[in-house]
Amino acid sequence: MKQLLIGNEAVARGLYEGGIRVASSYPGTPSTEVTEFISKYDDVYSEWAPNEKVAMEVAAGAAINGARSFCAMKHVGLNVAADPLFTASYTGINAGMVIVVADDPGMHSSQNEQDSRHYAKASKTMMLEPSDSEECYEYAKLAYELSEKFDTPVILRLTTRVAHSRSLVNTGERIERELLPYTKDPMKNVMMPGMAIKKHVIVEDRIISQTQWAESCEINKAEYNDTRIGVICAGITYQYAKQALGDRASYLKLGCVYPLPVNLIKHFAAECDKVYVLEQLDPYIEEHCRANGIEVIGKDAFTLQGEYSQSLIAKVILGEEKETYKTDINVPGRPPVLCAGCPHRGLFYSLKKLGVYVSGDIGCYTLGALQPLGMLDTCICMGASVSALHGRNKANPDNENKSVAVIGDSTFIHSGVTGLIDIAYNRSNSTVIILDNSITGMTGHQDNPTTGKTIKGDPTTAVSLEMLAKAVGIDRVRVIDPYNLEQCQSVIKEELEADEPSVIISRRPCALLKYVKHNKPLKVDAEKCIGCKMCMKIGCPAISFRDGKSVIDFTQCVGCNVCSQLCKFDAIKEG
Amino acid sequence: MDTKSIMIVGVGGQGTLLASKLLGAALIKKGYDVKVSEVHGMSQRGGSVVTYVKYGEKVFSPIVQKGEADLLLSFEQLEAARWLEYLKIGGKLITNTQTIDPMPVIIGNAEYPEGIIDSIKNSGANIIAIDALSLAVQAGSPKAVNVVLIGVLAKQTDISYEEWVDAVKSTVPEKFVELNLKAFDLGYNY
Repeated sequence: MKQLLIGNEAVARGLYEGGIRVASSYPGTPSTEVTEFISKYDDVYSEWAPNEKVAMEVAAGAAINGARSFCAMKHVGLNVAADPLFTASYTGINAGMVIVVADDPGMHSSQNEQDSRHYAKASKTMMLEPSDSEECYEYAKLAYELSEKFDTPVILRLTTRVAHSRSLVNTGERIERELLPYTKDPMKNVMMPGMAIKKHVIVEDRIISQTQWAESCEINKAEYNDTRIGVICAGITYQYAKQALGDRASYLKLGCVYPLPVNLIKHFAAECDKVYVLEQLDPYIEEHCRANGIEVIGKDAFTLQGEYSQSLIAKVILGEEKETYKTDINVPGRPPVLCAGCPHRGLFYSLKKLGVYVSGDIGCYTLGALQPLGMLDTCICMGASVSALHGRNKANPDNENKSVAVIGDSTFIHSGVTGLIDIAYNRSNSTVIILDNSITGMTGHQDNPTTGKTIKGDPTTAVSLEMLAKAVGIDRVRVIDPYNLEQCQSVIKEELEADEPSVIISRRPCALLKYVKHNKPLKVDAEKCIGCKMCMKIGCPAISFRDGKSVIDFTQCVGCNVCSQLCKFDAIKEG
Repeated sequence: MDTKSIMIVGVGGQGTLLASKLLGAALIKKGYDVKVSEVHGMSQRGGSVVTYVKYGEKVFSPIVQKGEADLLLSFEQLEAARWLEYLKIGGKLITNTQTIDPMPVIIGNAEYPEGIIDSIKNSGANIIAIDALSLAVQAGSPKAVNVVLIGVLAKQTDISYEEWVDAVKSTVPEKFVELNLKAFDLGYNY
């Protein structure tokens, strides 16, 4: 059946038809939907894991024990899961194991622009890269075959435009696969020096046979047209190049990006007058070419930053640019904002009033860094808010009563709790605020171990954040409502002043959750409003200023009443 | 035929994704190769959002670049100005006249520009400006603003009225079909 699927759904379909039995992931844009779509298949076990490392270990354990398995993550998630990756590459698998990693060139929703292809090379793990949804589907199925053929996990690398673009896919039927038998084999599966030394030899031999396969496999293919320009590409850059250059160039499209073929590239380069490597981010293929004495044009002509496109390629290679309409309108930017009714807003406003240093983290609340709240001092990676606050306070204990960490419920479970254990164990007088909005928000509402629901929405055990904080050794645990500004400020002040570490749980579900009942939109009484703009200090997108008065947009307002607590003139009322 | 490019732009939360979904569904039925590209995640949070729809015999790149869009549908005035350069020379721009202040305007760091529609007209671009919010309210809900705009867009495509109605029926939840068809008609007959 022909369907219009986003790349992530096509991957899910390919894995499904390929006989996947166990899926475990942590959400991360642009990879999240692969696992969400898999969770809709009732004959596959799927779960949200607390973090990517756990997810990959679940997948490895399932594969070693005979089930075709899978885990997905965004590029930075692979940093978290790097530890199991490097050694799972040594143990190999039993049934197939596929790892999906989604890179985000251009950083649509990420904190860095790392290139995951380096991980394939560093961990000696085979990596495939599709260029559209049909290939996402085909390569996902192929990845299971290759995984079992070469006894290795196989990484499927996506980029944002492949993961989130819809194109046509011819889907088929699922092939049911029984669990493969498990045989105890410590030489293969227990990685201690004695075994690992022998396994490393096998891994290097495996790369040689994979390279031989890559020289002639169907997914690495040359298309010869005009040979004055030759283009070596993989993934989305193939699509950009085809649109920009059409028949005016010849193409070597590499579906397998690790290991890379040598002779195939040499042969292609010899057929073309001038050879370009089109790859986003790092000169990964380019360096491979140079190391093998193949002359190519790459990053000298293009860029290490951001995304490529058909227009960039046409401009650099052909010197062609499109004409456009122009105006002299000065268009203000439109950065993303915390939604109307977002519980993080009241909390950040309270922190602003207290004038504290805020050690930030990854989630919707990272937007608290933007004006007018402007409240984050740092944001490094998942979980770093807690441990970096501990570092700051150890560097200078004078900071202790004027600094906090903010971290979401899901991020806290992911890797914040280890930092909190450090705070308790090594006694810094730190104040950690868990922004518990009862969901993993930024990635589009996924359940997590604190929500009491599984990926399929079934009821399950919920981690108690209060008891967890107490169990690691934090005696002062407080719960506040971020819609109540007075309570927020007084409790945070008390905990900053206390002589021991504290955890404050700022609890209020995300305003976009379907079960959250909204109040009636608020309205500004124009007679009472004097236009002081106090209500605009919280940066609510529902409030704007027209003709000297504040105005509330009834289509956005959910009646959270945070703005009305700021109005000294009682001008904001229920509509 | 050459590949046609449509861009749908707006503010996160306005329902631009439904427009691309409907358009995609209708185009596949016509037997075209179709690619639709959207960005999820951070940009949904009230930021500027853009979706690309491309169709033809064989589509390669899923994204639209400056000077390439045959049709540009904007859910908000300022966004029409922001993405104007993406319109192909001779292409058509449809914009909702609704204005939504971006955060730099809300906090007084920037001004919402005046006379956007006239400036765009003066650039030589072919523009249709429509108050879709009022029509959506007339249809029964301000949330139907996206379907009103899809109605306006529909008139500019080679997909028949009946095919569009089928796409609406098969995409929106059953209890909202009547409201959405009313909104679609108000846009289509604008």
